[in-house]
Amino acid sequence: MNIDYTKLMKAVIPTIRHCEVLGIKTEEAREGYLKMQMPWHEKLVGDTDHGVIHGGALTTLLDTTCGFASASALDPWGLAPTLDLRIDYMRPATQGKAIYAVAEVYRKTPNVIFTRGTAFHEGEEDLPIAHCTATFMQLDHAVSDGLKAWLKDFEVEKVS
Amino acid sequence: MTTLSALVEAQEYGSPDRLISAIPYAELIGVECIKLGHELIFKLPKNADNIGNPSLPALHGGVIGGFMEVAAMLEVLYETKVTVLPKVVDFSIDYIRAGRDQDTFARAEVVRRGRNVVNVSISAWQGAEDTPIANARAHFLIKPTPLGTEREPLSRSVL
Repeated sequence: MNIDYTKLMKAVIPTIRHCEVLGIKTEEAREGYLKMQMPWHEKLVGDTDHGVIHGGALTTLLDTTCGFASASALDPWGLAPTLDLRIDYMRPATQGKAIYAVAEVYRKTPNVIFTRGTAFHEGEEDLPIAHCTATFMQLDHAVSDGLKAWLKDFEVEKVS
Repeated sequence: MTTLSALVEAQEYGSPDRLISAIPYAELIGVECIKLGHELIFKLPKNADNIGNPSLPALHGGVIGGFMEVAAMLEVLYETKVTVLPKVVDFSIDYIRAGRDQDTFARAEVVRRGRNVVNVSISAWQGAEDTPIANARAHFLIKPTPLGTEREPLSRSVL
């Protein structure tokens, strides 16, 4: 599908309340790929002695990034619930620095979508903060009616 | 108050609530801790700010994960009585049911306490404990190492 996914994600993500609370924003999106950003904020900290962002905020950032990367791999575009997610924390995030996350779909089957993602500071891609793998389930149509009602608010513009 | 001094105080008074107020993220999502005898039950009250799917509406999967990670860390502190802030090494979660927009509960169990690493199992539910919305496991490092030295990653010093 030729869709402007960056534009689409920039419309969808602000409707997700918890992403707004954490300040998660879309950077770049294409089919099966997504890059997001989460600014450093004191309310996201888990260890106030060192200003380190809590793992839970990173979980939300990576779940969102992997989840919408998998959504963009669906045809038609849709949403896939998370089956499972695993995060390896490689090092603490630095106080005051925004965290970026990228995710890609590395395998798509008729039922399951496999994704992987990393979180890092810009310019320090070789020293990631966290790695993540997550799998998502493709919904059958009966379950996704409510979802369709939400998603129909977003006009999908085809790019020729 | 710093997180570490709150930790020492929380352990002295046997009150994990004091620690929650020293973890901004735990306060942000609204984690509460209920002490039942010697057991800890964690509660995440219904909160519109934690919604991740407006169509159901459902809790954000990341919030469920974050809540369970907070629960696991507090359980480690309570169980092991360590005087360092346990650092999460890895975290793995299976989502079993959608988390509805209602109160969520969690219980964590220290499966094994090694000298440096603790293995924890966590379960979260809404209506009844025997129908969990998610199960998770995590490892925490409880080795007292100064964070300043740890921030120089090995790969960089080798380069």
